[in-house]
Amino acid sequence: MEIQITLNNRTIKSNIEPDCLLIDWVREHGCYSVKRGCETSNCGLCTVLLDGKPVLSCSMLAVRANGHNVQTLEGLQEEAKDFVEFIADQGADQCGFCNPGFVMNTISLLRENPNPTDDEIRAYLSGNLCRCSGYEGQLRGIRNYLNSKNK
Amino acid sequence: MITIKNYIRAGSLQEAYDLNQSRQNRVIGGMLWVKMANSNVNTAIDLSDLGLDTITETDSEFSIGAMVSLRQIELHEGLNKYTNYAIKKSVGDIVGVQFRNMATVGGSIFGRFGFSDVLTMFLTLDCDVELFKGGIISLEEFSKMERDNDILVRLIVKKTPGNFVYDSMRITKTDFPVIACGVSCVNNEYRFSVGARPAKAILLRDEEGILSNGISEDSISAISKWVAEHTPTQSNLRGSAQYRTHLIEVLIKRNLLKLRGEISGNSNNFE
Repeated sequence: MEIQITLNNRTIKSNIEPDCLLIDWVREHGCYSVKRGCETSNCGLCTVLLDGKPVLSCSMLAVRANGHNVQTLEGLQEEAKDFVEFIADQGADQCGFCNPGFVMNTISLLRENPNPTDDEIRAYLSGNLCRCSGYEGQLRGIRNYLNSKNK
Repeated sequence: MITIKNYIRAGSLQEAYDLNQSRQNRVIGGMLWVKMANSNVNTAIDLSDLGLDTITETDSEFSIGAMVSLRQIELHEGLNKYTNYAIKKSVGDIVGVQFRNMATVGGSIFGRFGFSDVLTMFLTLDCDVELFKGGIISLEEFSKMERDNDILVRLIVKKTPGNFVYDSMRITKTDFPVIACGVSCVNNEYRFSVGARPAKAILLRDEEGILSNGISEDSISAISKWVAEHTPTQSNLRGSAQYRTHLIEVLIKRNLLKLRGEISGNSNNFE
């Protein structure tokens, strides 16, 4: 099937099988930050923004993104830079495998709610699993970022 | 893994219905549960182009299209005001925001899944479903029907005066519920909806009039016990039938206590 997707501001036409998943399509187009961490639509590692909304690319047919705008961490480096250093300063990342999905969903959280409470952060990021940490470091990092921004 | 040979965005409900008459074809909804299956689909039917992704509110009802996402009902101000934020509470623990941006209300209701918080919640409401061929029937009736090849078009939630409380028990926060309980008082009729038994949700009413003299500590204890005794439960990897029965009594009791507070302004912990 012929599809056309705008991936990180680049319009790409491609010919795909009907059951091609969006995760596989973005990886085929060089976006290796998008990963599979589970097979039950639960881990959040494959998070991409579809027209600005975070979705699980492992559970979406690429053809459903036809005519839409898809963003991955590769295209949002600047926006991510603002807060990822605060998370890194906490030593929150251990293996780092979950990091891109976590960062993508944090971008979405901060766009929707620029000044979230700790509970709102926890609720919004609950679909991003990390098996190294207990999430406390990430929470402290985001909190420190918000505090520094609000100074 | 699921394989799909063809993909069609239906141009009309009739087209979707016609395609859905073949057992090899499948309406994909948000595709989250469909994807979990190990199956071969001939034609995946996508309802995305039928304008079913909106919630319309009038003075008397909400019309919720089948393709509305769980996130949309979670954030809908009108629906949440009407239900004392029970809707938000019912879907808030379903995996994560990304998942709820994709999962559809129609998919959850049509599937009549045992684990469905959505079905459990909506059964507490004065709610009808509209089926393309079957017309408009109550959600309660629909919930008891066998799965067929009709197309679920929308849900109609009537703004009948009522109070609503929802709670669930989960082993980990974003997992399927071990048990899910919704309680409402709609037009002065108490409704008790229990899901994840683990079979699909059922709706019970106060048939013996235990609450007919109002909700006191004693009548709350008595009705909670009665609901637990009259709700069939089974065991699976998330919990035994006995444990579920115990949880039902606890959650119904808690929900009724909250509902009692509700009348003076308490809600589902989302104040």
